Amino acid sequence: MADSTQRAAGATLEIRGLTVAVDDKEILTGVDLTIRAGETHAIMGPNGSGKSTLAYAIAGHPKYTVTGGTVTLDGEDVLAMAVDERARAGVFLAMQYPVEVPGVSVSNFLRSAATAIRGEAPKLRLWVKEQKEAMGRLKMDPAFAERNVNEGFSGGEKKRHEILQLELLQPKIAVLDETDSGLDVDALRVVSEGVNRVRESGRTGVLLITHYTRILNYIRPDFVHVFVGGRIVDEGGAELADELEANGYTKYDGAGVPAGGRELPRGPVAPGAVTTA
Amino acid sequence: MASGPAPEPAVGVETDSGAQTAMGAALATERAALKETGGITDGAVAVGVTPSTPRRPAGGSPADVRPERVRSTDPDVFGAPTGREEEWRFTPLDRLRVLLDGAPSDAHLSVDSELPEGVELVEVPSDSLDVPAPVDRLSALALQRAGSALVVRVPKALEVEAPVVLRLTGTGLDQVVWGHVVVDVAEQARATVVLEHSGSAHYAANVSVLVGDGAALQLVQVQGWADDAVHGAHVASRLGRDARLVSTAVTLGGDLVRLNETVEFTGTGGEVELRGVSFADGGQHLEARLLVDHSVPDCRSNVLYKSALHGDEAHTVWVGDVLIRAAATGTDTYELNRNLLLSPEARADSVPNLEIETGEIAGAGHASATGRFDDEQLFYLQSRGIPAEVARRMVVRGFFADVVEDLGVRELEERLMATIEAELEGAFA
Repeated sequence: MADSTQRAAGATLEIRGLTVAVDDKEILTGVDLTIRAGETHAIMGPNGSGKSTLAYAIAGHPKYTVTGGTVTLDGEDVLAMAVDERARAGVFLAMQYPVEVPGVSVSNFLRSAATAIRGEAPKLRLWVKEQKEAMGRLKMDPAFAERNVNEGFSGGEKKRHEILQLELLQPKIAVLDETDSGLDVDALRVVSEGVNRVRESGRTGVLLITHYTRILNYIRPDFVHVFVGGRIVDEGGAELADELEANGYTKYDGAGVPAGGRELPRGPVAPGAVTTA
Repeated sequence: MASGPAPEPAVGVETDSGAQTAMGAALATERAALKETGGITDGAVAVGVTPSTPRRPAGGSPADVRPERVRSTDPDVFGAPTGREEEWRFTPLDRLRVLLDGAPSDAHLSVDSELPEGVELVEVPSDSLDVPAPVDRLSALALQRAGSALVVRVPKALEVEAPVVLRLTGTGLDQVVWGHVVVDVAEQARATVVLEHSGSAHYAANVSVLVGDGAALQLVQVQGWADDAVHGAHVASRLGRDARLVSTAVTLGGDLVRLNETVEFTGTGGEVELRGVSFADGGQHLEARLLVDHSVPDCRSNVLYKSALHGDEAHTVWVGDVLIRAAATGTDTYELNRNLLLSPEARADSVPNLEIETGEIAGAGHASATGRFDDEQLFYLQSRGIPAEVARRMVVRGFFADVVEDLGVRELEERLMATIEAELEGAFA
């Protein structure tokens, strides 16, 4: 739990023993992680290790059922909050596959979000300027604001739009779910610069979820966590990412297999008697 | 296509069908045969429309064979609806009974108008008018009982920028109200006409829309009734040569609203856009039945109707009939219906029909899709701090936006959107 000194220094997200199931299948098997404002944590892991599940569980997607553990933001129970309450408390998720919202313009969407997060509608004149400047920093065409949210956006445009929201909403904790996937080098640089601007404010803790180390050349993490089998199996500094780049995840093979399991009969087993999930 | 609460509705199912010209000849023969056997009452004009999509019979009746569509000014030609007829099978007749009983009444809606310079508003006896004939018992009753008509006249070649606005307000349910409104846009004229309905009424009416040669009319009808209103209307449009009509129906209020919208062309080059948005909440029955009758060459029609439904027993019906007669070569037509179910108890029926009697057309097609509210959209908006009810409102507003925000009259678009917004705010509060 956050003590007063941590509170003064900024927000803290604490994840303890988190287990999460999707359709009765356990995906997260016990995650412990603490993220403080100003820190950048990278979560790396192979496909299917549950990285995105962690992101969605923190944000509160209804498809993910928390079966155990706690998530708190400055001591407040995040899991007890509705999705929009979590966002207003300061949790932000940049999605891997942002959703299209037909008929809702980017500018309307952004202003609605800012109004909700800030607790009052930003003054229109100031807001137009703020939005325009933020878009300029991400090298987005002003006409973008009049398009419908994520409708017909290229992969790069979707990710810029996510980071635009990050910059405008200034959350306490930002979870970036594979923001680097599908980006060319130029887009990756622009998006990374956006994330770094938010980091430099020192007010946001960043959880960067990625499959590749490429983005870590632009956003240097303070901590790297290796995620296998629904939990963190190794931790280190930025140098751990370099090691993963060289050796991959093979050394963690098997690390995610939980103890126990159904014991099979000894001796010959009839074909079909043993099924694997 | 129909979708309802049980069994699992055809959610997210989309059908598209293009021209099916093969059936045309057979239908023409069928109609000729009916005529010979006296299936059509004297003095009535029959328009045969047979479904191009399979449907279930209603209550085990032989309703899967669509009867001839009869047009007459005589209510008795139609007989009293039983609910088994194709055109009445979706309508809760008990709630419409008060109008179908046909009690004479001289009650009126109160009328308030905004008339730009040069536009006339007059009252004339109904029998002095040459307007398209009623399509069902209710519209025939309304024509007979109303006796006179309120006529908005835009004289020849007059072009008016400011909208003509007629506000029709119901003042109570003690007496039924029979109404007739005529919008007469003379040749080469250009106008925007807004008909706004509000208040409480049991109201049956004909709206006759006459668009002269080379004229253009933007017609907007808003059904912003109180919760207890019952409204049945036949909106009958007749387009001259090279005439253009954009007709938008916005139906939000009322216990039951049933609009029958027909379009006929009297000259080549006519163009019609029929648009509609409706938002049905708990207990409301909102029905739109369209017939676009292409009988002359080189006309175009485009239909876009959208409904959103929210709450117990919310019900919308859209039946879109398009007929391309043998003479209507070069016709280009498309119709699209989209329904958004915001709660599991709501029900949307969607029945597109396309009958084509000539192969020499520019294009013909229709599509219909009914889907549930997209939880991923809701999650996305909520994850940005936007409360669920605001998010839901944004999504529905967005769903309607392409119908409403394309009218080309900015002020009108904003006003309609604000009206829709207020309705949504009430429904999701």
